[in-house]
Amino acid sequence: MTTIVKGARVLGGDPADLLLEDGRIAAVGERLSATGATVVDADGLVALPGLVDLHTHLREPGREDAETVETGSRAAALGGYTAVHAMANTDPVADTAGVVEQVWRLGQQAGLVDVVPVGAVTVGLRGERLAELGAMADSAARVRVFSDDGHCVADPALMRRALEYVKALDGVVAQHAEEPRLTVGAQMNEGDRSARLGLTGWPAAAEEAVIARDVLLAQHVGARLHVCHVSTAGSVEILRWAKSRGVQVTAEVTPHHLLLTEACAESYDPVFKVNPPLRTDEDVHALRAGLADGTIDAVATDHAPHAVEDKESEWASARPGMLGLEQALSVVLQTLVEPGLLDWAGVADRMSVRPAAIGRLDGHGRPIAPGEPANLLLLDPAARVTVDPAALASRSRNTPYAGRELPGRVVATFLRGEATVLDGKAVE
Amino acid sequence: MKRHLLEAADLDRADATLVLDTAAQIDQALAGREVKKLPTLRGRTVVNLFYEDSTRTRISFELAAKRLSADVINFSAKGSSVSKGESLKDTALTLEAMGSDAIVVRHSASGAPHRLANWVRGSVVNAGDGTHEHPTQALLDAYTIRRRLGRLDGVRVAVVGDVLHSRVARSNVWLLTTLGAEVTLVAPPTLLPVGVGSWPVTVSYDLDAVLPKADVVMMLRVQLERMNASFFPSAREYSRRYGLDAVRMAALGDDAIVMHPGPMNRGMEIAADVADSVRSTIVEQVGNGVSVRMAVLYLLLGGNA
Ligand SMILES: [Zn+2]
Repeated sequence: MTTIVKGARVLGGDPADLLLEDGRIAAVGERLSATGATVVDADGLVALPGLVDLHTHLREPGREDAETVETGSRAAALGGYTAVHAMANTDPVADTAGVVEQVWRLGQQAGLVDVVPVGAVTVGLRGERLAELGAMADSAARVRVFSDDGHCVADPALMRRALEYVKALDGVVAQHAEEPRLTVGAQMNEGDRSARLGLTGWPAAAEEAVIARDVLLAQHVGARLHVCHVSTAGSVEILRWAKSRGVQVTAEVTPHHLLLTEACAESYDPVFKVNPPLRTDEDVHALRAGLADGTIDAVATDHAPHAVEDKESEWASARPGMLGLEQALSVVLQTLVEPGLLDWAGVADRMSVRPAAIGRLDGHGRPIAPGEPANLLLLDPAARVTVDPAALASRSRNTPYAGRELPGRVVATFLRGEATVLDGKAVE
Repeated sequence: MKRHLLEAADLDRADATLVLDTAAQIDQALAGREVKKLPTLRGRTVVNLFYEDSTRTRISFELAAKRLSADVINFSAKGSSVSKGESLKDTALTLEAMGSDAIVVRHSASGAPHRLANWVRGSVVNAGDGTHEHPTQALLDAYTIRRRLGRLDGVRVAVVGDVLHSRVARSNVWLLTTLGAEVTLVAPPTLLPVGVGSWPVTVSYDLDAVLPKADVVMMLRVQLERMNASFFPSAREYSRRYGLDAVRMAALGDDAIVMHPGPMNRGMEIAADVADSVRSTIVEQVGNGVSVRMAVLYLLLGGNA
């Protein structure tokens, strides 16, 4: 299939035509033409490399009522993604070559994004002994990111071994940093608001203490460490310090931690319950600054679909997590691009280039240039869209942005030259 | 008055005073009557939806509703469809379909009454939610103080004990300060929430320093289990440092009163001779609770429908 994209502004630059052929970008230039090519009018649209998510919960196998690999893939494509890392906390847990290959195959069948399974660090996410990390790395799924996400690898000796062991696999441990003894029963950020609302506090120190420990361990054993969903100003400070000392640490931040604060908990509506919790204004600003200056490497959605009954309840009994794939780019636009903290190249770097590098993905996070894989998206930066939960492609409805107007609209997404999204709609 | 009573933090001075004044009028109207009953809520239905055991609070609300001639349904979550997993929302919609005009809810989850208020058309009264609030307790405490001391403005109230886990403490902080009282929280630092610094109160770790200046000492129940989570080393050490015994009570001013929301741990936070002393308002609080809850139901349901 051959496609010509007319007049796209690559990374916000001057308009150019893109010729997509045989899964690659065949040419970039002016007035390109090819016989029989589909023409996509990209007047006024910004072209970015296809986004890469390091942190997606697709819920399959186990909770297909909340999301499937297919519905999650569609949501991802609509958000401009061409690759997503599927977290391991499924049922059964993705802790064997068999399960990661199953998820990988389901992704291939859906064919909307590259679904890259994350392998569990420990058997059953129980934090007791290592899962067969080598078998998952060697499987068809080629796992490179290992995480017990949802659970912290809290045992320092086990964490050290995991960091060391994955060096042989060119892998990385993605840590959900949460000291479990400091967060027993925790419901929201610990501070003025938790005190008043009577919700058990989740102290920033419970995240920061684990990150501090882990960067020291990573330095000691010379391993790569990735920190999931950094949520506090203190965590940014520790990461900045670690990077200045040459520690091989990378980190991600979620769209919701870039936009929302703990003030959302005032409603007691569990759509705003998430782990780590929404924090303070000061944290939000530190996270934006950290992402802008590169201390935080990537935006990762932590897209966490939940069935209605798991959210339509009292706060304490609701499951934590919120949707993110379809609005991530818009949130980055609002919180970083529009205020001038990040340019389009910066967006490409934090949402595609660096996450692809962390996940060791070939073919993603590449420049929009001749010869490169045709993984890209077209964005209308001038559009403003009011988020309607019922209109989402995800099987779940737990978006924290319902009713909110956000900038930007993904008009088209191409995976290896094939349109997965056109005119803002998923291609059937 | 608003449609619901979800938290004391919601009440402004005028609304809070209206509740107390209404309770006083109700007390006056019923004083000396043989049949303690008013016809105001005849034909209205009040549901007591209790997800936690609290016989005293439930009975108090039940009595309040019955004295206003309302029909009362007690719905205990134990042994009902709720224990088989029915959601709070489904339960609320079921009760409303049965014609409830007000739901009085007690729940172990903070914010449960707020959620309920989104789902039903009738009034919701918070009868204690998790570690958040217990607004009618604060109203009855304020009513008791006003009756005993004749005022609330400038009254110095020491709230002593497990503030961290206490919905009574939270409601009293907001209500009493709204009504002009000066509140001091006294507790070991482990039993005060991080963030207490933003509350309009004074904080002290030293009970003996606070007592001579207090007009009211409100003792909170301290659960012994807290000891196991290292909130304090032992029951003995707790009562030595923060318990109110006769020796400490002697440091109080002549007119100072001692309050406790009940149920008490005699010998732990309060000594038996203190609980039974003339300063103690503990039994009076129970009686005032009925009047204040009558006032709340009356004001929310608007009397004659
Ligand atoms: Zn996580």
